[in-house]
Amino acid sequence: MPTLDLQAHGLRSVNAVLQTAAADSVADGDYEIVNPLGSHAIAVGLNGPLSVTVKGSTGYYCAGMNKEADITVEGSVGPGVAENMMSGSVTVTGNASQYAGATAHGGLLDIKGNASSRCGISMKGIDIVVHGNIGHMSAFMAQAGRLVVLGDAGDALGDSLYEARIYVRGTVASLGADCVEKEMRPEHIEELTELLKRADADADPAEFTRYGSARSLYHFDVDNAGAY
Amino acid sequence: MSEQPATQSDLPRTKPRYSATFTPEVNSEIRRAAATGIYDIRGAGAKRKLPHFDDLLFLGASMSRYPLEGYRERCDTDVVLGDRHASKPLHLDIPITIAGMSFGSLSGQAKESLGRGASAAGTSTTTGDGGMTDEEREHSDKLVYQYLPSRYGMNPDDLRRAEAIEVVVGQGAKPGGGGMLLGQKISERVAGMRTLPAGIDQRSACRHPDWTGPDDLEIKILELREITGWEKPIYVKVGGARPYFDTTLAIKAGADVVVLDGMQGGTAATQDVFIEHVGQPTLACIRPAVRALQDLGVHRKVQLILSGGIRSGADVAKAMALGADAVSIGTAALIAIGDNDPRWEEDYQALGTTADAYDDWHEGNDPAGITTQDPELASRLDPVEGGRRLRNFLKVMTLEAQTIARACGKNHLRNLEPEDLCALTIEAAAMAKVPLAGTDWIPGLNPDGW
Repeated sequence: MPTLDLQAHGLRSVNAVLQTAAADSVADGDYEIVNPLGSHAIAVGLNGPLSVTVKGSTGYYCAGMNKEADITVEGSVGPGVAENMMSGSVTVTGNASQYAGATAHGGLLDIKGNASSRCGISMKGIDIVVHGNIGHMSAFMAQAGRLVVLGDAGDALGDSLYEARIYVRGTVASLGADCVEKEMRPEHIEELTELLKRADADADPAEFTRYGSARSLYHFDVDNAGAY
Repeated sequence: MSEQPATQSDLPRTKPRYSATFTPEVNSEIRRAAATGIYDIRGAGAKRKLPHFDDLLFLGASMSRYPLEGYRERCDTDVVLGDRHASKPLHLDIPITIAGMSFGSLSGQAKESLGRGASAAGTSTTTGDGGMTDEEREHSDKLVYQYLPSRYGMNPDDLRRAEAIEVVVGQGAKPGGGGMLLGQKISERVAGMRTLPAGIDQRSACRHPDWTGPDDLEIKILELREITGWEKPIYVKVGGARPYFDTTLAIKAGADVVVLDGMQGGTAATQDVFIEHVGQPTLACIRPAVRALQDLGVHRKVQLILSGGIRSGADVAKAMALGADAVSIGTAALIAIGDNDPRWEEDYQALGTTADAYDDWHEGNDPAGITTQDPELASRLDPVEGGRRLRNFLKVMTLEAQTIARACGKNHLRNLEPEDLCALTIEAAAMAKVPLAGTDWIPGLNPDGW
């Protein structure tokens, strides 16, 4: 397993090695990054199949714009983990700060701990599974994808939601504008079962509530002006 | 003989008098709002009369200045953008770039025209809020990829195939506002690129989803550089709100280029009240921005691109004399390729408007085939011809700017300076920090020269 010491080699050097290995599919095994020291933008822009483990906590935008790579952070992550991810997977063994999975188009973001505010903001197709709780304004303007929360959700969940689907097992402090509780039909139980399985989550899908868009804000109507 | 009393109809009457406050235009807008329950939405930039470059004049050369031969001596026009940190800065032949305008707001033919024209003139064009299309990439030698709050269509592959990245914080038509594209223009293709249901009224975010201030932006720019191997220049575009502080903070965050867009800058669709009442005129923005660059010791190292109502080579020369490194055009480029052309007057009349006043770009019914997603209307615009017209316009603007620069004794457009200018109005003198014509008075000048 190639080991890259971030403190010794520096961010640019470490990312360049990973990006080249991912793009050229020349990886000689799984990569391990040691001494991340909370640095920002670790393992960003990987553009191919590669397995990377970060041994420790990271700063902002870890695994940003990931495509195809499987990245695990053994620790907690700062804001914007896996932002704009296209595919692949990112696993965080600890907690995640704000904007986890922001604007991401695909792949799986698996957060074993809690996620802070605005988790899944403007998500565009990613699947996010948070084993703990999520903060306020999560899934704000979320366009597509699935957000699964095994714990509780903060205020204004799913505000101005588009077509993303949200599953919460615990309580929701409040729903945002145009976000409503929806019926859990068999296809949703099936979808959730598969998501929980992918994230190794031990939870009963029947305990979850589904939330989605009421679609009442899709077209301007003066009678809805009070919603803004 | 006594006069017969005049009848009521013979008495002199006070002429009907329109209110300067409640003008017919104001009243019609009140009635429209009352009838529809929605604010007026339109395209283009501020239409009100504002202090602008027309309020400045070049002094030219005479006894105390030595001109260059107008037709024989060189006056160069090239500019390098983004050489502060990027390993591959942009080298442009002319300091006039094409501003960001989205596929979605514009037809594919319009985007292709802009790419063709810009490439033929040796300059760059820019994507918009909706991602990069293959057509515009193919027809643009130098393409700037916008990184917007919505992140519609954002992906690392397009990030890498762009020549530069423009982080859009705001735009002059609506500083503090987000994008807007109404359902009429959200075709299946546009919706697919933006991951939205087709036909909805799209109102995109006004703030970036994963950073909130200049400290965060600095880290965001680091991420973008890491993803693209530190090759691409990173622009930061701001609307004309607080240009001194916005420019200062953009530089602090690591921008290679600051794009500053005044309130005459256009938009595809925004509330009229926003366009006309928020932001500062372009002329009022440039000097505070240049001061910020100079205060930080990076003037000409971090380049400044000015936009918002640039229409001619005179505007280009004036912007550069006041300290800009380049300008950007949007509305003028659309007019060059055929927007608001009187040849479509019959169609404009049918829409209740007239050529040169048509601004309902959000409705998707553009007779010129530019601000539309209607295939039939869009087919009216020939991208090859549109590209030729834009190239011609860019060349004329450049020749005009060169003409002025030579008359001022400058062998490069970037050598123009505030000392070459005077102002026709007190307002313009105060904003541009050049003397009122016939005086040595610069209103509002501080002891430090600003």
